[in-house]
Amino acid sequence: MTSLLQPLARLGRRTVEGVSRLGYAARFFLAILLRSGTAFGRFGLTIRELYFSGVLSLIIILVSGLFVGMVLGLQGYETLQTYGSEEVLGVLVALSLVRELGPVVAALLFASRAGSAITAEIGLMKATEQLAAMEMMAVDPIARVVAPRFWAGVISMPLLAGLFSAMGIFGGYLVGVVLIGVDEGSFWSQMQANVDFEEDILNGFIKSLVFGVAVTAIALFEGYDAPPTAEGVSGATTRTVVTSSLAILALDFVLTAFMFRGVS
Amino acid sequence: MNRAWLDIWVGLFVVAGIGALMFLALKVGSMNTVSSSESYEITANFDNIGGLKARAPVKSAGVVVGRVAAIGFDDKTFEARVTMSLDKRYAFPKDSSAAILTSGLLGEQYIGLEAGADEVKLSNGDQVKLTQSAVVLENLIGQFLYSKAEQPTSGLPSEGNLNEQAQ
Repeated sequence: MTSLLQPLARLGRRTVEGVSRLGYAARFFLAILLRSGTAFGRFGLTIRELYFSGVLSLIIILVSGLFVGMVLGLQGYETLQTYGSEEVLGVLVALSLVRELGPVVAALLFASRAGSAITAEIGLMKATEQLAAMEMMAVDPIARVVAPRFWAGVISMPLLAGLFSAMGIFGGYLVGVVLIGVDEGSFWSQMQANVDFEEDILNGFIKSLVFGVAVTAIALFEGYDAPPTAEGVSGATTRTVVTSSLAILALDFVLTAFMFRGVS
Repeated sequence: MNRAWLDIWVGLFVVAGIGALMFLALKVGSMNTVSSSESYEITANFDNIGGLKARAPVKSAGVVVGRVAAIGFDDKTFEARVTMSLDKRYAFPKDSSAAILTSGLLGEQYIGLEAGADEVKLSNGDQVKLTQSAVVLENLIGQFLYSKAEQPTSGLPSEGNLNEQAQ
């Protein structure tokens, strides 16, 4: 009898643990928002985190953006050429980058470059009892350590996505116009005629903002919640990358379904 | 890394990011078009709008002068009612005509405004009376076949035969 009920009990325990962890994450997120005063009052703290998560991610974002744009230029030209409409190459490159690839790929890169670093840093702070020491000195670790990192991530994500898209369009221009020889005038004018500010650019910006919130919140929570052991920190870092990548792609689907439903 | 350099790097990053967003808004997107400037709205009824969509351009002599604001259906006349918002800089005579045209063979559809000769100009809320519907490919093929069948096909030996079949 007990052996029969054991899998059921395990399932029940997993569910309860999952729900309580979700509730803990929600309360943690709320606590960050409520104690953000220090992050803006002492903006130097946030600037320091902007350097670590934003400026140091620039290289990977810019280089990946350039290559993604160049590949789009090559592949797009191959396909469009069969229909004799190479001049819409600019539209293809710009729309794919601004609507989808810019926000999504930049967020994936940000999650693996900056998100994992945030988790490891906070997890180690917890393991070496630095957070507990702060509490002993009546310094709130969420206000002093967590909130500045959160706002730095939220601020830098849209900027990184914008840089990624701009760099990608430059890459597409490089391959399409300079290398292959698509007409430069129609490349830009078709792009301007078909890319809408609200429909495409603003929606892409909103997407990257949402991804920034999601990735940073997941990274901070995993770090804060990590078991204070070497194994625990390494597991938390892995979970950050996996969970935030899945969250980015799932959120992307939901946001796209809401934003571009009426377009066609 | 001292504090001053940190601030400079972050400042550079923020300036570059905002610059990229400005580049997207101004150079890639079409922020500086009609939507921002002042406009007035006119309507037009069409028998058939084909594949016309909201936000499609309204062109006159090939120049974009406005955009389609909304498309509705009038259940009194059973016609499509298209609302266009035109740039305030351009005034059109009251007897102008609107036609739904296609850019290229497979391109998107847009509204072509042909200026009339009236002294009075169109103002906000006016209706364009003279309209020409979209060309629907199936109807066009049907008309072509019909006129082909009616027309005596001279030069062919089987002319009599064909006329008999047509009757």
